[in-house]
Amino acid sequence: MNKELEPMMEIKDLHVSVEGNEILKGIELTIKAGEVHAIMGPNGSGKSTLANVVAGRPGYEITSGTICYKGESILEFEPDMRARKGIFLAFQYPVELPGVRTWQFLKASLDSVRSQRGLEELSIRDFDKLLEKKRLEVEMPSDLVKRSVNEGFSGGEKKRNEILQLSLLNPDLALLDETDSGLDIDALRIVSEGVNKYRGSDKSVMLVTHYQRILDYIAPDYVHVLLNGKIVKSGNSELARELEKKGYEWVREHSIVGNDDANS
Amino acid sequence: MTEQNIISRQTGVEDKQYKWGFEFDIDSDVAPKGLTEDTIRFISVKKNEPKWLLEWRLKAYSHWQSLGEDSAPKWAQVKFDDIDYQDIIYYSAPKSKENAPQSLDEVDPELVEAFDKLGIPLEEQKKLTGVAVDAVLDSVSVATTYQDTLKKAGVVFCPISEAVQKYPELVQKYLGSVVPYSDNFYATLNSAVFSDGSFCYVPPGVRCPIELMTYFRINEVDSGQFERTLIIADEGSYVSYLEGCTAPMRKTHQLHAAVVELVALEGAEIKYSTLQNWYPGDKEGNGGVYNFVTKRGAARGNNSKISWTQVETGSAITWKYPSVILQGDNSIGEFYSVALVNNYQQADTGTKMIHIGKNTKSTIIAKGISAGKAQNTYRGQVSILPKASNARNFTQCDSLLIGDECGAHTVPYIEVRNSTANMGHEATTSRVNDDQLFYLQQRGIDLEEANYMIINGFCRGIFKELPFEFAMEASQLLRVSLEGTVG
Repeated sequence: MNKELEPMMEIKDLHVSVEGNEILKGIELTIKAGEVHAIMGPNGSGKSTLANVVAGRPGYEITSGTICYKGESILEFEPDMRARKGIFLAFQYPVELPGVRTWQFLKASLDSVRSQRGLEELSIRDFDKLLEKKRLEVEMPSDLVKRSVNEGFSGGEKKRNEILQLSLLNPDLALLDETDSGLDIDALRIVSEGVNKYRGSDKSVMLVTHYQRILDYIAPDYVHVLLNGKIVKSGNSELARELEKKGYEWVREHSIVGNDDANS
Repeated sequence: MTEQNIISRQTGVEDKQYKWGFEFDIDSDVAPKGLTEDTIRFISVKKNEPKWLLEWRLKAYSHWQSLGEDSAPKWAQVKFDDIDYQDIIYYSAPKSKENAPQSLDEVDPELVEAFDKLGIPLEEQKKLTGVAVDAVLDSVSVATTYQDTLKKAGVVFCPISEAVQKYPELVQKYLGSVVPYSDNFYATLNSAVFSDGSFCYVPPGVRCPIELMTYFRINEVDSGQFERTLIIADEGSYVSYLEGCTAPMRKTHQLHAAVVELVALEGAEIKYSTLQNWYPGDKEGNGGVYNFVTKRGAARGNNSKISWTQVETGSAITWKYPSVILQGDNSIGEFYSVALVNNYQQADTGTKMIHIGKNTKSTIIAKGISAGKAQNTYRGQVSILPKASNARNFTQCDSLLIGDECGAHTVPYIEVRNSTANMGHEATTSRVNDDQLFYLQQRGIDLEEANYMIINGFCRGIFKELPFEFAMEASQLLRVSLEGTVG
């Protein structure tokens, strides 16, 4: 199969419900290798749901549609298999794992991802070297590896830890779920630098955000506006700036027109 | 044992043992089922015990009889059918014709293989960890390694039956001094019939150069195990002692009623660690060991310290409260525990901290994990007696539930009779959180491993109290015990 032509991810007519309420109502989205797509929308529009469903979080019912990753449907795969195949979710709220040492967690994670790629486990020495490099990139404190995962971390540290993991695991598709929320300007810079460093011709990013601010740091190739479970408008980074000026209300009005057009 | 020791009524041979008048073959490796005075005399003769010890056993037996079999403690939150004490074998030696071997080379290769299967090869233990191992198979000590190193340091570590022969004054002075024979139903039974166990004496000022270890295993069907351990740390000494326990799968329940006594004199410290992995029974709750154990330490001297660390994953029922009597001023008692129950296991475990001396300090950290249909109870008592001024206690009990058919219970008793006491108690109950599992899975870690990592993390504070090799083994045990709890 030609990797150049195959989209990294292709979502078709995706309908998702939670406890009987339909959250996503027919998502169509294609992301090719090398592209960064921003998914914007107000609270409750379904954008975090979209990121979580791709990662395979339990609790969502996919009532119809498909999600293909590198040409293969992933709906039957457990979340850990999706992760090993190269799908990474940077969490909006990274959880704390009391008593689980960060070092042990990161080593287990990397070993698992590497084994899927047919690579051997890294030796402890090589892993330590790699981890130290990644730690410095995101400016995490040096005692990080000894601490329990995310326990007692500030909001900014938790998000930086997500970017550290992105960099360490080096997936092919990164889903960033409101990674910018709650970040001060320094943390936002560090996180953005991490994502920009990750970008490449064989990598794809789906960046879910409420605000345009992070897009000043991470320039998207495409911007999609999600409203009420549907992508109602797509464009380039210009669209994000327009949104910032005019607000989601502006799209809402436009989208109704758009929908009518589509139905007619 | 030699030929002339064969006794039977028919021969009528008068020899010094005949007066005990029991009816069975003394050369037998196994005592007949059941408990009578004869059983006790048989054990005592087998061990070539001095008169005072036999008398002590008989006093215990007589007390046990006066209690009646239905006076076994009933306050614990565990359910089981009455035990038929006449259906138990009270003494069974490994099938070796000679006396207990003196070194590993003399140990029956099959026994060594049995230990290998447990993942605790004596050879490896010797080489890798420098642990002195005393293995108690059924009721008899089969090997004590590393004697030379210990001898140089002046540390005595041997089967208690040997200590009775070699150091009778020490045994007589301390046996029953922490857990008297009348202490409780199971301790009384143990005092009457105990067959072996470990003995350790650390002389004044000596820091025991290696970790001491005993491995217990019940092999014989229908046999009970009643070992008795006595550890004495003389003034200013230090010893770390580990015990591991395991039993093969059996359809029927097996009784294990051990007694452990620790004595720490002035400035001495004893660290006692247990990995308990007796057979827990099958998934339907058939079989498994009844682990009814009395463990108590006396921090007798000023500035002494006793620390219990236990990881309890096995047994159908665990009834166990390793305790510290803080007699000396400034003495310290610690209890660190992980108790994991799965399927139909029941655990009622905790500790007692009895503060008697001034400025005494105790710490209790108990972690309970329940899965399947299992019930887990923490039961702890902290008593501050009137003269224990400035006593301090901190207690933390955390329970973790896996699934919705299991239970966790916390029953703390606190008795304060001195107003200068400082008490702290914290308790939490939680479940393995779906968000945590998903987070780990999203990083490529499969569900079972994710579950294990979270539970291992929950126990980390306790595991770090264990010697390193033991901590690894505890982790491993946890993994095995958790198999099948996910999904």
